[in-house]
Amino acid sequence: MRWMWEVATRSYRRQATYRGATLAGVFTNTVFGFILAYVLLAVYQERSTVGGFDVTDAVTFTFVMQGMLMVIGVFGSTDLADRIKSGDVVSDLYRPVDFEAYWMADAYGRSAFYAVFRGVPPFIAGALVFHLRLPSAPATWIAFVVSVALAVAVSFGWGFLLQLSGFWLLDVRGPNQLGWLTAQFFAGVFIPVVFFPAWLGAIAYATPFPAMAQLPVEVFLDKHHGLDLVAVYAVQLLWIAVLLAGGRLVLRRAMRKVVVQGG
Amino acid sequence: MDELVIYRRLVGARIRADLQYRASFFLFLISQTLVAGLDIAVIIVIFTQVDTLAGWSVAEVALLYAMAGIGFGVADLFVSEVELASRHIKAGTFDLFLLRPAGTLVQLCAMEFAPRRFGRTIQPVIVLVIALRAVDITWTPTKVALVPLTVMSGAVIFGSIWVITSSIAFWTVDTQEIANSFTYGGYTLAAYPIDVFGTWLKRFVMFVVPVAFTSYLPVAYMLGKPVAFGLPSSLALLSPAVAAALALVARAVWRCAVRHYRSTGS
Repeated sequence: MRWMWEVATRSYRRQATYRGATLAGVFTNTVFGFILAYVLLAVYQERSTVGGFDVTDAVTFTFVMQGMLMVIGVFGSTDLADRIKSGDVVSDLYRPVDFEAYWMADAYGRSAFYAVFRGVPPFIAGALVFHLRLPSAPATWIAFVVSVALAVAVSFGWGFLLQLSGFWLLDVRGPNQLGWLTAQFFAGVFIPVVFFPAWLGAIAYATPFPAMAQLPVEVFLDKHHGLDLVAVYAVQLLWIAVLLAGGRLVLRRAMRKVVVQGG
Repeated sequence: MDELVIYRRLVGARIRADLQYRASFFLFLISQTLVAGLDIAVIIVIFTQVDTLAGWSVAEVALLYAMAGIGFGVADLFVSEVELASRHIKAGTFDLFLLRPAGTLVQLCAMEFAPRRFGRTIQPVIVLVIALRAVDITWTPTKVALVPLTVMSGAVIFGSIWVITSSIAFWTVDTQEIANSFTYGGYTLAAYPIDVFGTWLKRFVMFVVPVAFTSYLPVAYMLGKPVAFGLPSSLALLSPAVAAALALVARAVWRCAVRHYRSTGS
């Protein structure tokens, strides 16, 4: 397990070197937070609550969500797919460590960096202009951190599957974009899932995507306590199990069927 | 050789190259169509909760979205390639553009041309047709002319924003994402009635980064709606002039940026 820690810390440090990119990203997340917050405020001119969210919940949701985007890597990554395309993946497969666990450690290192440097600043910027709600109880903070940690695994599982399609397609940009856009919509990135009409909400909750973002942000908003919170974790764990097992299965098939590039 | 001929040849080569990975290309085309589709989906979801947004009905907001979406889609297809300037600068390959006897901007946009982006305009065009039938407009010749004029002005305005913000890459290479706030952010702003935004943001989209001219002002004129800050709605007729002025600014900024270029090569 020691090696996973080493992979994660190196992944963390790699992100930390791009200071300009981090600043630029914070700026962009903040801008989008403002745009979406104003649109939601206009909605609350007509309604007092939507799906159990009052106006403060909705605006807070927007800024927590903007902070979550990079933590869960909602724009997708092609690090693994690039190595499949170039053939470098061979040397990864030679390593005496579990392939999926290796990439997961990489994802966690990156997420830890983003949680601090991309997660917090947009929220602070939003709090300067809008009335936002912070969890009052320390227990909620802990519950939120746990839920985010689980969300990272859910989104890793999804991204890993998408990138493995590279063994068959070589150019994964299409499936990658399609897969992540679907994920963003149903994870509540553009608009909270509670705003969805019932039938669309039912579709959303049949997918792993709310477990990536909508549910952790609801935990932040103090919407889940006791058994209800346990249920949230159970849903997240279920999707982690399904996606990680799926990743293993697809990887095994890829190993059997596909000739690696570069002969 | 004429620049247009060079442009057409390079773009043709790009299209053939992209079609090599056929399955991926079509998935990418579909996903590009869906990108724009998600924006209208968000608007529709919002209107399942409310009947009007800042006094605008769903059909009216759809019209706003469609006008902004087509202009943005055209700019995305032909100009967004300029974003990749930062990658070429980082890799040192921007030198190549300077060596060839054609404009740097034309070469960059042709070299990085991606036919999949065509998908981005399909869906707003469909929404435009539906929205125009659903809204209540007393048509005049001016309003009819305003539809194509707005879309073209919008494409020029968004394209100029792309060029101006991407020029930052000549000074700092890894801050490309800031450009997204103005391009994608500007487009998102343009897809909603700007009355919903705070005063400072309203001023910003009217007078600083004038995305209000890509849809809000012309659509407000067509629908006979009052305009933010009590300005005359005929301001909409200035859209082509605003677009032309912004294009000149973009040209000046790009030229200044290229003059500033120092290769990273050792």
